[in-house]
Amino acid sequence: MAKKIRILIGKPGLDGHDRGAKYIARALKDAGYEVVYTGIRQSPEAIARTAVQEDVDFVGLSLLSGAHNELFPEVIRQLKQEKADDIIVFGGGVIPDDDIPGLTAAGIEAVFTPGTPIKDVIAFIEANRERVESK
Amino acid sequence: MSEKKKLEKALQEWEDRVLKKTLDHFPERRETFTTGSGMEIERLALPDGGDADRYTEKLGFPGTYPFTRGVQPTMYRGRFWTMRQYAGFGTAEESNQRYKYLLGQGQTGLSVAFDLPTQIGYDSDDPHSVGEVGKVGVAIDTLRDMEILFDGIPLDKVSTSMTINAPASVLLAFYIAVGEKQGVSRDQLRGTIQNDILKEYIARGTYIFPPKPSLRLITNIFAYCAKEVPQWNTISISGYHIREAGSSAAQEVAFTLADGIAYVKAALAAGQDVDTFAGRLSFFFNAHNDLLEEVAKFRAARRIWARVMKEQFGAKQQKSMMLRFHTQTGGSTLTAQQPDNNIVRVAIQTLAAVLGGTQSLHTNSRDEALGLPTEEAVRIALRTQQIVAHESGVANTIDPLAGSYFVESLTDRIEQQVNEYLAKIEEMGGMVQAIEKGYVQKEIQDSAYRYQREIESAEQVVVGVNKFQIQEEAPKDILKVDPALRELQSKKLAAVRAERDQSAVDAALAALRAAAKDTGINLMPHILEAAKRYASLGEICNVLRDEFGEYRESIIL
Repeated sequence: MAKKIRILIGKPGLDGHDRGAKYIARALKDAGYEVVYTGIRQSPEAIARTAVQEDVDFVGLSLLSGAHNELFPEVIRQLKQEKADDIIVFGGGVIPDDDIPGLTAAGIEAVFTPGTPIKDVIAFIEANRERVESK
Repeated sequence: MSEKKKLEKALQEWEDRVLKKTLDHFPERRETFTTGSGMEIERLALPDGGDADRYTEKLGFPGTYPFTRGVQPTMYRGRFWTMRQYAGFGTAEESNQRYKYLLGQGQTGLSVAFDLPTQIGYDSDDPHSVGEVGKVGVAIDTLRDMEILFDGIPLDKVSTSMTINAPASVLLAFYIAVGEKQGVSRDQLRGTIQNDILKEYIARGTYIFPPKPSLRLITNIFAYCAKEVPQWNTISISGYHIREAGSSAAQEVAFTLADGIAYVKAALAAGQDVDTFAGRLSFFFNAHNDLLEEVAKFRAARRIWARVMKEQFGAKQQKSMMLRFHTQTGGSTLTAQQPDNNIVRVAIQTLAAVLGGTQSLHTNSRDEALGLPTEEAVRIALRTQQIVAHESGVANTIDPLAGSYFVESLTDRIEQQVNEYLAKIEEMGGMVQAIEKGYVQKEIQDSAYRYQREIESAEQVVVGVNKFQIQEEAPKDILKVDPALRELQSKKLAAVRAERDQSAVDAALAALRAAAKDTGINLMPHILEAAKRYASLGEICNVLRDEFGEYRESIIL
């Protein structure tokens, strides 16, 4: 039987725009994944801690305030510190295309910008299923 | 008397009793208004016969109860709505430049966007502020920043709207203090603070304190401004963010008015008389693409609020029953794909707001799904309002869609849905309880989810997103905020801390702490005193955090 993939959807920083995060969380749940949502205004430390406690395979970060260049890589650093850098991190929100290479270099494996259909997010998760299952 | 005669008589009465007074003080923009091809336009078109009593009861005349047709007797024939673009980013210096630019382009009011640390009561050097300083608005730490923000802008000549909620009292105090420094007395200050904490719990997220002390701060502001800052709109009860979070049009009105009812009840419970504060309550709604539903929504909102204030709260003054509102076009309707199309969306939404009788309007810039708006994009957004005002002709007669079978029926149906929600919330014990139970959040989330699923299945077409797509180049010229800003702002703050009279700051903060412990004391004078002594926003809010505690979100999925 296929492993139940676990995903944490997190809102780092002070941004309260949670419509996208909640939609993604619910849509992934409906697609059969186990999903945990952190709620808004979480520090990168808190998100990394929750990811470890909840034993998730993916962390999806959502941010619309423009603080992604600082806060997304900080989540990666915190996961490393928790020795949980096998967790796959992706992100979304109002993120200019110019910023994506920097985020990728920092270890954010996919960035989904406004208008992305949910099937693209699911395709990304499924493309990494083997990696997760062979852990 | 025939129905037609009855209506003519009612019109005559309105003209003598209401309209004349307004025209005597505020003449209309022109002596006569004509269509593009020269036909004279009547001020107010009326039904040709029909049930006159029913007309008067449901629609009435502009500037009279139940205000379905608008809150002013002459509406935009007297003067256009206030064109007010929400703006602010980076430092106070940069935002001051943007305001001067906007005023130079014909904008008629200011609207200040604060960054998230300011909105949540953290100083720029607070660890919570990492990455967020100056991003979605201007960073304000102390009175010094506020002095720079309004440098060269006389506060007796502009009206200023400030999108600030949990720390609204502090920013209002900064504003009053800047006024004093410019020699402008409190009773000359005009503007609005958002000050609407309930929708922060529901949808926007910049809360600090739990509901009870938050409501105290809000009612303290009502009481303080009624005496000291009489022209100030003490709250802007906001449906905008509820809609952005994904609610339907009827939910937007229902939850906003339910929030309003909660504030009125809180002020009454604090011993205030309804007519002393209700006239300074203002509202803030969204304008989406569904033009006719939006117009019906605005008309229904006015009628419901008037009835609630009169029948439920026994308001006597007309002003207390008027729902005056600001509108912003719908940020969540804008697309990152083919962003120029957003100009057209905003134009439709502008029409909705104007046909719905808004008092002021912010039009979004085409590039907002990509990042902060550039100056060029802001100019086009402002021009969109100016074109609707000066060229479309819709502002030359009052409530032009009244009497449309469809619009009136939609207005009635929205009213009915809203009333059902209001009754349900009342049954739950009021809005604070409904929010704490997560009921309101869940209703909005379900609407948002349904809508997004419809987009995914292309049942709902979004041009350029799920239909009519093209291959596009990545957009250029996106405005960026300097990431070194936090450091710069922290240095400015350190300099203020070094030069201020620390013992005066300590004394002011201690007095504030003592006042916070006694619910019978109005906190505004204490906050103003601390602000004038250059206590920072974070220092003031931390005192209140200590005393009041902090709100924790109830997560509903």
